[in-house]
Amino acid sequence: MAVDLIKERYTSRVGEVVLGATADEGGTRSHTITIGGDSTMPFLRFEGEVPNRPVVAMEVVDREPVEWNVALREAIGDEIKDPAAWAQKCVNEFGADLVFVRLQGADPDLGDAGPEACQATVKAVLDAVKVPLIVIGCGDDEKDNEILPAVAEAASGENLLIGTATEENYKTLTAACMVHKHCIVALSPIDINIAKQLNILINEMNLPLSRIVSDPTTGALGYGLEYSYSIIERARLGALGGDRMLAMPVMCTAGYEAWRAKEANASVDEFPDWGPVEPRAVMWEALTSTALLQAGAHLLVMRHPRAVSLVQKHIDAMMKE
Amino acid sequence: MILIGERINGMFKDIRRAVKRRDPEPVREWAIKQGTAGADYLDVNVGPASDAPVEAMTWLVETVQEVSDVPLCLDSTNYDAIEAGLKLCKKPAMINSCPADRPKVERVFPMARDYGAKLIGLTMDQKGIPKDSDARSALAMELVAAADEFGFPLEDLLIDPLILPVNVAQDHAVEVLNTIRTVKMLSSPPPKTVLGLSNVSQNAVHRSLVNRVFMVMAMEAGLDAAILDVDDEEMLDCIATARILLNQEIYAESYLNVFKSRGQ
Repeated sequence: MAVDLIKERYTSRVGEVVLGATADEGGTRSHTITIGGDSTMPFLRFEGEVPNRPVVAMEVVDREPVEWNVALREAIGDEIKDPAAWAQKCVNEFGADLVFVRLQGADPDLGDAGPEACQATVKAVLDAVKVPLIVIGCGDDEKDNEILPAVAEAASGENLLIGTATEENYKTLTAACMVHKHCIVALSPIDINIAKQLNILINEMNLPLSRIVSDPTTGALGYGLEYSYSIIERARLGALGGDRMLAMPVMCTAGYEAWRAKEANASVDEFPDWGPVEPRAVMWEALTSTALLQAGAHLLVMRHPRAVSLVQKHIDAMMKE
Repeated sequence: MILIGERINGMFKDIRRAVKRRDPEPVREWAIKQGTAGADYLDVNVGPASDAPVEAMTWLVETVQEVSDVPLCLDSTNYDAIEAGLKLCKKPAMINSCPADRPKVERVFPMARDYGAKLIGLTMDQKGIPKDSDARSALAMELVAAADEFGFPLEDLLIDPLILPVNVAQDHAVEVLNTIRTVKMLSSPPPKTVLGLSNVSQNAVHRSLVNRVFMVMAMEAGLDAAILDVDDEEMLDCIATARILLNQEIYAESYLNVFKSRGQ
């Protein structure tokens, strides 16, 4: 006798967000990228649709990140000194779907680059690659409120994804995204209630829900990944149950988190049983990323080319008919 | 929670007069107002006094649809009037209502099925409204069986266990709550449940308070829909808060505003 699979039926779906803009749409990208739109839990395509493939953005920093693990810096190569060249290598050689530009050099303690310098960096990367861009500030609220509106203006029409808005600091960036037609990253501290509230607050300023991407804060493997996992999963269930204020696609900064882990940095001399650091660190980033995909991430931000290649292969396998 | 706006009903003086004089203004006003308040359906009832219910229902449906695209809940004991309304509805409608009374069941269930309408089934028969939950549930079971017999989808059937005014029939509220719980066990998928909420407070002094408290109690019992005053903001706040406490909605500080603006 044939066994009937018991299937869940959901009433709603995750919202779709379009990133980038082509010449027809007022930008200069060769194509746009759509994330979200799922009508089922991650990859459960027998219960619903997964219309858009999850995508990988690679992180590029506007200053040479000398504090990064040497194995990671060597894998990227000399281009790490120049954000435009670095971005190009990510797209042309490493298989990045998008480029994630971190304007860390604007940090008052790390160079204090001003609005013009930040505009120039983003312009240079926009010229160097034709994929959609994510631009993230330095993390200092006051400084970000200076540089991000300037970047939003300089890249008007490109439909960037700009971050990050938090519950304490979202108004300036939301207004800039409204005026210059960009999407926004809404960052919440591994807290489903704050994630929802922040989406509501941004939406109450009239930025459409279809221009918000949620960053629920990512923990690396061994460093709270399970908390991120359950928040992302709960938000997805909310979205599928019809909660529009939780139906945003999810972005996870997997690379940043994985490369902060002790396991990605401790030398083999210190822990002989752990084996050489580079393959270990690559696996740490790749496994953090694939676990987040299973949780429901739509957009991964990663660092190491080999980890990216492993994760892209994994996504291909998961999306295969 | 499916909210059905109760206001376009000939039981209310302004609507009764509007239907009689074919004055569209009060009807339009309430259609827009209830739609803005987030009603999922608008109940339309020409009132008991209308001497030409088919023509009156036709006029009422047309008048509402001129200004609103909220689906309609056609409310009449005259099934020809309901059928005339069904023919005009631009969106799948709801039929209000059919008792567990065989000749009426045979008339209404096939009609609901053929027009793709949802149907409110009343737990009463020719003998009237039962006193207790068991007898109400037995009638609900007859309605569930009728759905099966006539090929009507169970998820489109809404059982109304018929609440009576608390000041004259105080013992009924508990029986109604128990019926809501029992109905959920009658079939798989179970039928939905609905209440004509404001009936509980007829002629009571603290009408809106009684309505709100009973609404929250019924939600805990598993109520899926209610015909009610959707312009009662505090009622909407109660429903939104009950949804949070029943874990049907994830909490966020602005949850009241989100619920109230959900239709926009």
